[in-house]
Amino acid sequence: MIKAIALKLVSSVLLLSGLCACGNIEPWVKPYERQQLADPIMNANPNPVSGAYMDHVFEAREGARGALGGGGGGCGCN
Amino acid sequence: MSSMSKRIRIWVGIGALCSALVVSSLVSASTTAVAPAFTLPSRAGDNVSLEQLKGKVVMLNFWASWCGPCRTEMPLLEQMHKRYSSLGFTLVGVNVEANTADAERWLKDTPVSFPVLFDRESKVSKLYDVNAMPSTVFIDRKGNVRYLHRGYKPGDEGEYLNQIRALLKE
Amino acid sequence: MSPGTNKARILWSIVAGAALALPLASSAGVLPDDRADALYHRYEGGGVTIQGPSVLVRKKMAEKYAVSANYYQDMITSASIDVEVSGASEYKEERDQYQLGFEYLRGKTTYNLSYTNSEENDYDAQTASFGLSQDLFGDLTTISMGFSRGSDKVRNATDPSFERDIDRWSYRVGVSQILTKSLIASMNLEVITDEGFLNNPYRSYRYKDPVDGTRFILAQEIYPRTRTSNAVALNARYFLPYRAAVYGGYRFFTDTWDIRADTFELGYVHPIKQQWTLEARVRYYQQNNAEFYRDLFDFANQQNFMARDKELSTFNSMAFRIGASYEFAQTGWRFVKKGSVNLFYDRIEFKYDDFHDARVSQMLPTDPGYAPAGSEPLYEFGANVIQMFVSIWF
Repeated sequence: MIKAIALKLVSSVLLLSGLCACGNIEPWVKPYERQQLADPIMNANPNPVSGAYMDHVFEAREGARGALGGGGGGCGCN
Repeated sequence: MSSMSKRIRIWVGIGALCSALVVSSLVSASTTAVAPAFTLPSRAGDNVSLEQLKGKVVMLNFWASWCGPCRTEMPLLEQMHKRYSSLGFTLVGVNVEANTADAERWLKDTPVSFPVLFDRESKVSKLYDVNAMPSTVFIDRKGNVRYLHRGYKPGDEGEYLNQIRALLKE
Repeated sequence: MSPGTNKARILWSIVAGAALALPLASSAGVLPDDRADALYHRYEGGGVTIQGPSVLVRKKMAEKYAVSANYYQDMITSASIDVEVSGASEYKEERDQYQLGFEYLRGKTTYNLSYTNSEENDYDAQTASFGLSQDLFGDLTTISMGFSRGSDKVRNATDPSFERDIDRWSYRVGVSQILTKSLIASMNLEVITDEGFLNNPYRSYRYKDPVDGTRFILAQEIYPRTRTSNAVALNARYFLPYRAAVYGGYRFFTDTWDIRADTFELGYVHPIKQQWTLEARVRYYQQNNAEFYRDLFDFANQQNFMARDKELSTFNSMAFRIGASYEFAQTGWRFVKKGSVNLFYDRIEFKYDDFHDARVSQMLPTDPGYAPAGSEPLYEFGANVIQMFVSIWF
């Protein structure tokens, strides 16, 4: 059931992104207002080796796995 | 595994389609419009207005100390300013940070000789519709906006130099 | 392999964690800075000590391409409860893992590709991963997608003729959204399917001894040949006005083995002046058992599938972390732009609700603390995890 929902969600997000890219959504956080988001303490994964290791420590001892990671945020430059 | 590979194909197809649909940001645009007037405090302590610079070719560079490409670009901008300032060209840095402490600290380590103005309230950023970091605006001797650059990638400085020389010739 | 560990899961966890954490950490538009990290990790708990290095180097070229390489090693000394119950003695083992990753940035899209190889004397694993991430809507939204394919070989050190395969597929999708100047949130979905020999060739389930009901007999676990799992996670990070960050997340997990798990996380990052950063984090995890898991079966071959892996039992864990980072060479030193030394300490407490300490019924009935099979106290243990690492950016 989750898989079906996930697939539908993904397809709709992708479709939306494709369609909206042709239009014009004004970003409500301007590029020059990203000082806080660009701060290193707002980086969700500042130490990749440490993050990967801790993910492994938990996943090796638990039944659950997945849905970790992803990028985004930061300075939004270029 | 045929349903799995079919699903993969669908996902890849959707992904490719959407990537193609997404409009990539224009890196450089050519335009002609009067550059909006402004006055901002400078790092030296005085106020600098665009009016004072009429007659010179002005390269307005919107930057922030937290922006990687902005920091990479600065030494090159300093070289350009040194090289062409005697010919009627000036670089003007507009720092967009609300708190300028970080910018001032960075400028101590990487000094520049061109004027750096502080746009603490983002008035000028809004005026110039800055929608990328860094943003570089070329203003000709008559005060018109001629070229607009969004972002900075290594190699862009070649185009900057061409445009400076073109505007200086006018 | 060894009793007390599930290779497939261990390998997959490090690969998945690394595959996601290492290449996909960039925000499209700019590749992350060049860096090198050297980490020493040490886990001690439940009779198991695992320590070793993890080294990473990443380098970008022309702001368009990036290459990364990671070497990770586990040196294991294990006398876990499963080892003791099976009557085996403490064993030592080593696992080596190599990962190579590539990234390509074009406009607002980052493509990444990685390959991981892990080897130990009785388990080999290979994984290939592909992913992409795209910035949209004025760089406020980042969409990422990824696919991994894994292939493992399971062997048995005590039986050279034994060799089995596991095939794995993983699909993941994520959306990261900047909500305000100070708040960013993300949602991630991942579907993973395993097929093949999914249990540990050394691990056993136990059933009541038909001769003496207070004792038990061990027999090899039998697992289903497939497992499909779904996980969805929500995370958010908020910048506090005095310069600090608070973050939190929740992950929901289900799979075809009937396991349902919830993970809650809450953390706080506090920088002091320019050079120090402190971090504290709390993580609560709970799961219910797999459908074919049972601590003590009534008789042999009671079901088609039988497992006694405590990682498939009903349990919860609570993890506390404190960490400190110190940044040096902030104004540069030769080719180094900046560096940091870091120390993280985690304390994890595991509490099992349907996994009993079987060692207690293996004692003599006259020993103090003895209990018959099935009435032993529930098992619980605590673990200390230490990470010490140095990072340099160049």
